[in-house]
Amino acid sequence: MSSITSDLPHIIPSDFPSHWQTRISTLLNGQEQILAWLEIDLDNQLHFSPGLLIVTTHRILARSEKDENWQAWSNQPDMKLTYQDHAGICSIELFDIHARLACWHCTLEKHQAIDQLIAHFVQLITAETAQTGEAPANPDEGTEIESDSKIAIETDLADSSESIATGNQETNTAPPSTWTLFRLWRFAKPYKWQLLTGFMLMLGSTAAALVPPYLTMPLMDNVLIPYQNGHPIDTGLVTFYLSGLLGAAVLAWILGWLRTYTMAKVSERIGADLRTTTYEHLLGLSQAYFGGKRTGDLMARIGAETDRINMFLSLNLLDFATDVLMITLTVIILVSINPWLALITLLPLPIIAWLIHLVRDRLRVGFEKTGRVWAEVNNVLADTLPGIRVVKAFAQEEREIERFRIVNQRNVEINDRVNKIWALFTPTVTFLTECGLLVVWIFGIWQVSQDHITVGVLTAFLAYIGRFYLRLDSMSRIVSATQKAAAGTKRIFDILDHVSSVPEPVKPIHLPAIKGHIGLSNVSFRYGTRRVIQNLDFAIKPGEMIGLVGHSGSGKSTLINLICRFYDVTDGAILIDDVDIRSLPIAEYRKHIGLVLQEPFLFFGTIAENIAYGRPNASRREIIAAARAAYAHEFILRLPYGYDSLVGERGQALSGGERQRISIARALLIDPRILILDEATSSVDTQTEQEIQGALDNLVSGRTTIAVAHRLSTLQQANRLVVLDHGKIVEVGNHEELMDRRGHYYQLYQAQSRSSDDEEQPAAAGKIMGIRSNLA
Amino acid sequence: MNTNLTGCKLNRNTFGKLIATGKDHQIHEGVIPVRAFPVTAPGEGISLVDNHGHEVVWIDNLAELPEMERNLIEEEFASREFMPEIKRIDKVSSFATPSIWQVQTDRGNTQFTLKGEEDIRRLSLSTLLITDSNGIHFLVRDRSVLDRHSNKLLDRFL
Repeated sequence: MSSITSDLPHIIPSDFPSHWQTRISTLLNGQEQILAWLEIDLDNQLHFSPGLLIVTTHRILARSEKDENWQAWSNQPDMKLTYQDHAGICSIELFDIHARLACWHCTLEKHQAIDQLIAHFVQLITAETAQTGEAPANPDEGTEIESDSKIAIETDLADSSESIATGNQETNTAPPSTWTLFRLWRFAKPYKWQLLTGFMLMLGSTAAALVPPYLTMPLMDNVLIPYQNGHPIDTGLVTFYLSGLLGAAVLAWILGWLRTYTMAKVSERIGADLRTTTYEHLLGLSQAYFGGKRTGDLMARIGAETDRINMFLSLNLLDFATDVLMITLTVIILVSINPWLALITLLPLPIIAWLIHLVRDRLRVGFEKTGRVWAEVNNVLADTLPGIRVVKAFAQEEREIERFRIVNQRNVEINDRVNKIWALFTPTVTFLTECGLLVVWIFGIWQVSQDHITVGVLTAFLAYIGRFYLRLDSMSRIVSATQKAAAGTKRIFDILDHVSSVPEPVKPIHLPAIKGHIGLSNVSFRYGTRRVIQNLDFAIKPGEMIGLVGHSGSGKSTLINLICRFYDVTDGAILIDDVDIRSLPIAEYRKHIGLVLQEPFLFFGTIAENIAYGRPNASRREIIAAARAAYAHEFILRLPYGYDSLVGERGQALSGGERQRISIARALLIDPRILILDEATSSVDTQTEQEIQGALDNLVSGRTTIAVAHRLSTLQQANRLVVLDHGKIVEVGNHEELMDRRGHYYQLYQAQSRSSDDEEQPAAAGKIMGIRSNLA
Repeated sequence: MNTNLTGCKLNRNTFGKLIATGKDHQIHEGVIPVRAFPVTAPGEGISLVDNHGHEVVWIDNLAELPEMERNLIEEEFASREFMPEIKRIDKVSSFATPSIWQVQTDRGNTQFTLKGEEDIRRLSLSTLLITDSNGIHFLVRDRSVLDRHSNKLLDRFL
């Protein structure tokens, strides 16, 4: 690398920030090359202020926008550049052996660049040390290239994650435009023929409904007025017109009925598809998504919003289309009868259109708020009801009621605000309608007096106009429905547009059977701004049992979440049989993993169904075999309905140990190669733990097992114990080795045995009593 | 723990209790037959448990047993199991719970009180389990077999 660059004096890399280029070019001397740079965005008082930090082949250069001059430190073999972050702010410090030379700050946004900068610096320093210790340059180059490519990969990953992030921001900031409704077309497409049928029916029924007013014209002019002028009534003609009226009414009734039925049927199916698709997509999202959302909100979105969209499609949209059609047809008929009168009739139309436009924006904002506040009401319920034991235990019912009341109050207030606009709107439209009618009367009477039109024409006009404005009125109502539906659609598509942060691989590798070798290679994980796991390197052999030990918050559970791929690693890779888990299809990969959690979750259903959760087609014989191995068979038989007993919410009450054994049976039935026990025995007492232990031993044998346990005594049969502290591995070894080492593990163990002494003494006393009574 | 009846004998003693004699001539007095799947597969998977609830013998299928043993077990079931199967719903006092139901079951006509809709549980698409106010379970094995009148009444609660 250095041989190439020495020919060309200081090339400034093409992607170097342009506004610094002129300032830097004069500064570099001789063969100095820019290796890496970092745009700093904070000064030492943590005020936003741009600056630049550069690592060159000879020096470290730094300058902030406010400074006059560059600061420079020549590279020395014993220099150190370190980096740490806290609460989203990164600090970079430069040390030599004597003291700290400088310190810079920037936001976490830059952490990729910092990693690069430090990587380059470390390379440089080690190369320099190596040179002084007369080491060959070639191997250095090799490592350099390798790490370069690694950095390139990292930046690639960063780019892609950034693009996802910005994509989300875009969808979040855009207001719910009515156009979002057109995205529903994706769901309507399968039903396009039914929709077309519905539309044709609508056309027919609307046309039929327009016949009666038209017939009033000849009825008036040819029958009633001549009669008033002394002519007898022509019965045949009357019968003809009246049967026409009846026929049109019957036709409109039948077509209208068919139309409504067809459209309701279609929209119900579209709604159902929408709900299922959203739920399907939701379950495909990563654990991180569920961590950030509240259950009530998601429930409201899938339940209430889809229902609202459904209502919109089946009722409002249909009405709206009918209205538009009706108005268009009416206008055509009116113009064909008398263009002038038609013009006068249509006069209030632009005013109403303007009014609708005015109100629309306010209503849209209002209805989106209503949706949100409704979700909040749901959230309160979803928070409180599952935690009802805690609420009652602390006698906080009053407070929860108050909390609900406040949210509900807000709901009322926001609805009040929307209703206020609304309340004014509808009567205004009605008022304008009445005015329109008045104008038509005035103009019509004048025209009749001038003999320009007949009384029949005026009657027909008035009959039409009644319908016309009625339609206009109901059309204005569509505004709110449209806005509601658009807001709902937006909230639904928020979910549908969300890309899982644990994406399916583009080119999946299929591993039908795995041996169970797990490799962690330089794994790091960042949760928000917190670094939870740092550069872990570890390999687990097939069939080995590993115990993860450490204080709470040391990253044990996070590591397990990473291995299960509930989250993806920030850096590095997790390998199963030397294949990156990110290149395996997620569902296929998780089939190899059996998970036993601290709180075994039982779904509402029979015990047999719960055991067979991971393999629904398991035979009864297999279910019983799994239950036997999990030591659950006998207690299940004791239940009134055996394996058919209902458990889960509203089901049979089971003890913690019993529930845990069912969840162990569940894991046994899928016969996974990799087993993860996340505090599997933490929620049960020591005696139950002993009962479960037999079940666990059956489960563990022959499988690669990773067990997290707070109680260290449960991990003694592990092949190796891994002690984690602040996301790093600090000790590895079996129980005896670690005890001998008198390090972290020893301290943890001592602390626990001291506290459990008080607990176990009564138990031991009980045992002695038991023995005594046996002797007697 | 034996997992099948081979080499194991079953008798009833003079006190009316079932005695299971294992292969090793160990005698278990007062064993109780228990169905593993009383609703979904009553004939399959029957366990004989002793009075501590520990399994003594496992029977895969009742039909495979010799007649004598099968009769003994069935007798025992008949005297212990009580889950009337509803054949017809004659009348319900109201569609709001609590409501008194008059029903015809395979064990005769009776009436019971339904405390709430949630006491009707769907075991499968057509099988329902109704728990009355005393905790007695009534089974509707197949809804589609019930007559229209019963289904109409039942429908109001589902």
